[in-house]
Amino acid sequence: MGLGAGVVLVALGCFLAASGGGHETHEVAHAAGAEHAEGVAHHAYKWTNRLWANVWLNAIYFTGASVIGMFFMSYNYLAQAGWSVAFKRVPEALPAYLPIMGIVVLAVFFLAGHDLFHWTNPALYDTASPEYDPIIAGKHGFLNTPFYVIRVALYFVLWYVLWRMIRSYSLQEDLSGGTDYYYKSLRVGVIFLVVFAVTSSTSAWDFVMSIDTHWFSTMFGWYTLASWHVTGLAIITLTVLALKERGYLQIVTESHLHDLGKFMFAFSIFWTYVWFAQFMLIYYANLPEETIHYREIFSGFGGIYKAPFFINLTLNFVFPFLVLMTTAAKRTGIILKVAAWGIVIGHYFDFYVNIMPGTVGSHGGFGPMEFGMILIFASGFVWSVYSQLEKANLVPKHHPMLEESLHHDIN
Amino acid sequence: MSDVHSNSKFLVGIYDDDDVVLQAVKDVRKAGVKIHEVYSPFPIHGLDVALGHPRTKLGIAAFLFGLTGTLTAISLTFYTEGYDWPMIVGGKDSYSPIIYIPIFFELTVLFSALGMVATFLLSNGLGPTVKPLMYDLRTTDNKFAMTIDMSKNDIGEGDIESILKRSGAAEVNIKQF
Repeated sequence: MGLGAGVVLVALGCFLAASGGGHETHEVAHAAGAEHAEGVAHHAYKWTNRLWANVWLNAIYFTGASVIGMFFMSYNYLAQAGWSVAFKRVPEALPAYLPIMGIVVLAVFFLAGHDLFHWTNPALYDTASPEYDPIIAGKHGFLNTPFYVIRVALYFVLWYVLWRMIRSYSLQEDLSGGTDYYYKSLRVGVIFLVVFAVTSSTSAWDFVMSIDTHWFSTMFGWYTLASWHVTGLAIITLTVLALKERGYLQIVTESHLHDLGKFMFAFSIFWTYVWFAQFMLIYYANLPEETIHYREIFSGFGGIYKAPFFINLTLNFVFPFLVLMTTAAKRTGIILKVAAWGIVIGHYFDFYVNIMPGTVGSHGGFGPMEFGMILIFASGFVWSVYSQLEKANLVPKHHPMLEESLHHDIN
Repeated sequence: MSDVHSNSKFLVGIYDDDDVVLQAVKDVRKAGVKIHEVYSPFPIHGLDVALGHPRTKLGIAAFLFGLTGTLTAISLTFYTEGYDWPMIVGGKDSYSPIIYIPIFFELTVLFSALGMVATFLLSNGLGPTVKPLMYDLRTTDNKFAMTIDMSKNDIGEGDIESILKRSGAAEVNIKQF
């Protein structure tokens, strides 16, 4: 039903954008982009740009939400953590959405790469061309279409294959028991963490940072990882709560919820720390090629991204910080739920302010198209997670740490 | 958080195991004995709940120390950079608070950390010249001690001793300060 509603809303949004787009002139008012716009012949804006940007935004958001399930399992194996075993099948179910997201990401790149990514324009690298851009040409070794496609394909293949391995060990463990599968999973988890240490950063550059091709930030990999991570934790918490309310996963106690609450609280602050570290250095140094990023968000394009900018900070820092501060709050289902929803929505806007200004600029907004696209991707994600949860016992019954998790008590 | 007592008499039950002492706390309290404190080489989850201690006020203390730090940082940065010797750095206003957020943060953390160290020393009666109350030296190693303040209990010494023994105490000693 969500999927249907999403399709209808996107169709409505497309209709509005297509009919409205005809009247607008294509002079993109680059309020902040004087430096950016120079020598950069902006591709003529088409209403489909906004559609593709939306698909891209949601694909990146849900790629993160999916891969964090694997990330969470991996570091729990590495730390030999026992407490999280009770709801281990929930993070384990998230990465099943990765192949679909991989196909969507590559399809959008092939179909609309030129509309979203300025650097795909070959004239930028041609010294004879008037559009030649020495800065972007200097990045050609990394930002070229074949290497980009190989990298993106590699991320999804590596993440998905490693998840498949850990998933199959986990299911075999249900049948046979013993500690063999535990140690095998630990090894796969460690390999994934090594892979993810590199790919989480490079994928953040590829998926988001390369949209503003001139601009770069050394914090960006961490920043995107922090955003993905806390989103994933909020989704895990929401799924666990949903299962518990419907009578499943009764082995999850207040102590488990308390720890999940701590995770969301701590990593919301971690995200804020990274966000602020990036922001403050750029603010302090005041170099035009760096401040352009925040100028576009804060005051560019008629200020349409100013509201999402503050929604981002409020929902991702102020809100969870105040709501999840006390012990009692982290142990109360309804408060956890409110905080987790705040985080899930807030981090959509985090990606929104990073992707939209560079792709659609003054043509952006938040209307039926954005809302419908979220519904389509979210319905698919929920379907994917729940069909994975159905495939296996919700309690990993032969996991060596299960007993410890059942007695987890942090009063 | 023990107070400094003079001429107080304590019964000290020594236990060998953290699970035993946790259960013993519940049993002893049920028998009507008021427990002064339990000493352990490591934190035992659920012990403060079992002892029925009221919610700690340390959070309020930490908040006030932190607030002092934030206000100090705001006054310091405003006085030096905004009032006494205004400077323009990086093309911003001479007093531009975003620049000083790290200072606000650091002084908040510093003041609350140092303040909490002082609170810890004061509330535990520790200090350079103070002789600490030691109920049993082995609680710093591998034993758990439950202390009963005799002046606060109406039950006889012999009865309390047998209650402690029944709850699993390996030995019961008398300690006078």
